[in-house]
Amino acid sequence: MNNTQSTEVIFELSKSGRRCHKLPACDVPASHALSALIPQEHLAEKPPPLPEVGEIDLIRHYINLSARNMSIDTNFYPLGSCTMKYNPKRHERLAALPGFASLHPLQDDDTTQGMLEILFEMQQFLAEISGLSAVSLQPAAGAQGELTALFVAAAYFRDKGQAHRRKVLVPDSAHGTNPASAALAGFNTVTVKSGKNGLVDIEDLKSKLGDDTGVFMITNPNTLGLFETQIKIITDLLHSKGALVYLDGANMNAILGITRPGDFGADMQHYNVHKTFTGPHGGGGPGSGPIAVRDFLAPYLPAPVVVKDGARFKLNFDMPKSIGRVRSFFGNVGILFRGYAYIRTLGPDGLRKVSEQAVLNANYLRTRVSKGYEVPHTGPCMHEFVASAHTLLHKRQIKAMDVCKRLLDYGFHAPTVYFPLVVKEALMMEPTETESKETLDAFADALLKIKDEDPEFLRNAPHTHIVSRPNEAKAAKEPILRWTPNKQ
Amino acid sequence: MPYVLNTPDDQKAMLAAIGVSSLEDLFARIPPELRLKRSLAIPPAMPEMELQSHICSLLAKNQAASDAVCFLGGGAYDHFVPSVVDAVAGRGEFYTEYTPYQAEASQGTLQAIFEYQSLMCALTGLEVANASLYEGGSSVAEAVLMALGITQRSGEVLVAESVHPEYRQTLTTYVANLNCRVRTLPTPDGFLNPDDVKKSANDSTVCVIAQSPNFFGHLEEMQAIGESARKVGAVFIASFDPICAGVLKRPGDYGADIAVAEGQGLGTPLQYGGPYLGILTCRNETEYLRKIPGRLVGQTTDRNGKRCWVLTLQTREQHIRREKATSNICTNQGLLALRAAVFLSALGPQGLKETAELCVHKAHYAMEKLCEIPGVKPQFHNRPFVKEFTLRVNSNVPELLAKLRVAGYHAGLPLGRWYPNLANCISVAVTEQRTKTEIDGLASALKASL
Repeated sequence: MNNTQSTEVIFELSKSGRRCHKLPACDVPASHALSALIPQEHLAEKPPPLPEVGEIDLIRHYINLSARNMSIDTNFYPLGSCTMKYNPKRHERLAALPGFASLHPLQDDDTTQGMLEILFEMQQFLAEISGLSAVSLQPAAGAQGELTALFVAAAYFRDKGQAHRRKVLVPDSAHGTNPASAALAGFNTVTVKSGKNGLVDIEDLKSKLGDDTGVFMITNPNTLGLFETQIKIITDLLHSKGALVYLDGANMNAILGITRPGDFGADMQHYNVHKTFTGPHGGGGPGSGPIAVRDFLAPYLPAPVVVKDGARFKLNFDMPKSIGRVRSFFGNVGILFRGYAYIRTLGPDGLRKVSEQAVLNANYLRTRVSKGYEVPHTGPCMHEFVASAHTLLHKRQIKAMDVCKRLLDYGFHAPTVYFPLVVKEALMMEPTETESKETLDAFADALLKIKDEDPEFLRNAPHTHIVSRPNEAKAAKEPILRWTPNKQ
Repeated sequence: MPYVLNTPDDQKAMLAAIGVSSLEDLFARIPPELRLKRSLAIPPAMPEMELQSHICSLLAKNQAASDAVCFLGGGAYDHFVPSVVDAVAGRGEFYTEYTPYQAEASQGTLQAIFEYQSLMCALTGLEVANASLYEGGSSVAEAVLMALGITQRSGEVLVAESVHPEYRQTLTTYVANLNCRVRTLPTPDGFLNPDDVKKSANDSTVCVIAQSPNFFGHLEEMQAIGESARKVGAVFIASFDPICAGVLKRPGDYGADIAVAEGQGLGTPLQYGGPYLGILTCRNETEYLRKIPGRLVGQTTDRNGKRCWVLTLQTREQHIRREKATSNICTNQGLLALRAAVFLSALGPQGLKETAELCVHKAHYAMEKLCEIPGVKPQFHNRPFVKEFTLRVNSNVPELLAKLRVAGYHAGLPLGRWYPNLANCISVAVTEQRTKTEIDGLASALKASL
């Protein structure tokens, strides 16, 4: 198949006079010209310079573009930390039902009782799974969930007369969003070292913990795929100094129904509903990042939350200590709705099985990959693990990125590369529970083959994709961020 | 259970390969005292058939915008979504893909985002667009964070009271712990008086935020507001409506430094408030480029000299800069940005213009028709509007709206919810989808309900 069709930008397909969407004639008396209704000074001379294309050209253009993507529907996608599990088709059908899709966010609660019931139950499910007591579904993504939780922490400390707690401690293996969120919420970030075993170095934590510590942000299982065996000691230590513990819930897929953040001492956590409860990732979003908190933090959550008043559900805005809003309207309900459908499909036993099988798949893949690559930390791992191409680089001048690019030729999406920062030449793999042993074997076989391939050949990989090794330095040095007629 | 493929034999073989005897051994690192020793208290599993009837029975308790005639707006609108939008966004290759970290494996998404960025520049008359933000409200907040970085000032953020109340609430939350203060400029007549900006702005002002059409539907004197901001070196942030851009001057045309918008109207269903699309565009200046939040897609060439696209200027972002990042944002709203790109390409310049014109004519017809009813008056006089307007009624608004719902109309928003002094007011939005029959029907029902 020749897939070079439609490599033009949509503007380059434009031909004056073509269009694909026509509108009905105006059925109200339009006796006045537009300029009689809106003063000329506000009106444009002509509409924005959008492309003019016919319907078949539009469809071919975008369908051909879609064929240039690897996706879960087409390829194994072991992108570590992103939980690229199967996105059930039933969710898409349900989310398209007009009873949901056509629901306006500012409708009266009397007309949204079914929606509110779903959201109320979702709050309860997320509280139960986290072992915490109150939930806000408002944050639009995991990063916004983190930020919201830190706003909650800041408001709580202010309210308790402890505004001097300006410090947030973050392990060096944490996602970049953690320190970025802390800074936005007005905290100063202090990095805590990981030990050789990949876990938090408790002595280093103790040396940085003080009366000015507000929050410790921890990812557990951490980004190396390891469960912090001393998590209770850590959380007790933080609490003894009056600080709060925030759990980055990116890795919840490993512990559903097995252990709960609230039970191991977290005071707040976010969920990535699009990961753990399988909202489709959409080429970079939308996500959904609800947070769960302990009871004493509940008053500070963003308003509104859904409450049940007798048999009636309603949005409760009457939260005088609330931090306010972090976005307009209720939340990324389309993703929450899919997450709800997923939890109802699986039930308690199914959710537990998700984590068991995610951990089994990761450990099996880890075992197979470790036959040809270093895996610096001792197992077993949880839902993901980090391998390294460090030795390969020294012995054969093959970089982790070369391995990733070559995997694309074998029909596999690459793992997350060069993250976490604490492992050199990191290859972070998360197979998820929805893959079969056969797929994992095929992927491991490819990885083991690649390490013996010609280094020069690998440096030029991929060889079977429409493009190969884009010049990223050039893109950053002379940025072209939009199409213009003369720059192409 | 669905979605899990390993058979008991697979499991046995895998455990043997790992060198453990049971699944339990894989969880040995989790101390026993931290384990959950019971099942999660959530309802039991449901096969697809049961799930579908369960969800349908819940949705039947809603009265959706499609079950009644919808005149609700306030930042989310019942605009028509052409079928090509669903056909493209429904491709698994688009919606089950993630952030294009491996450019070779994601040229489809990268090119689509590049097109989206180009379309947003065309729509706003500005030179740089990011790959999208969460929605309209946090986009205002992100624009203010940008302005703080650009101006390096720590004075006041001036925001018109006519900006969407939920955007203003979001802004207040975002800057609560930062070194600046939000000051709301009152709009008692339904619009921001440019003189008030002139009087309030000084050389410590961070930025001025105005929305046009504003929350009441009115057009603001954006040119004059922008001039007052520029005079004191403050950033002018304009919140606009992408559908109205079919007929109105664009933010770049009236001097905005940063334009933001809720992009839901561009092909995204209402779905109770999200996911929506946060649009952000700005001037092409070094400081702006350095401070712009979120993902950016740039054009480059590959090793064979072929044109292609990559994520670029990532040194601004959290995964590289960590606590020094311009924003903590990680995802964009990729799928909604794709919908907007397909939507705008399907409409083209003429289609967008005609959509906006239909909104204008139908909204003005509705305003005239409704104001013929005794006891119904326009709240604000002689303010130009596009697709939304404010009525004052001689009646208890919540009770009136409840009566109209029974008659089959989501007639409007009770403004008292956000503006206590407007407790007798209703905001009515009229999109291109509303017919004369529906508007006349609302007028009769309103007359009968008063």
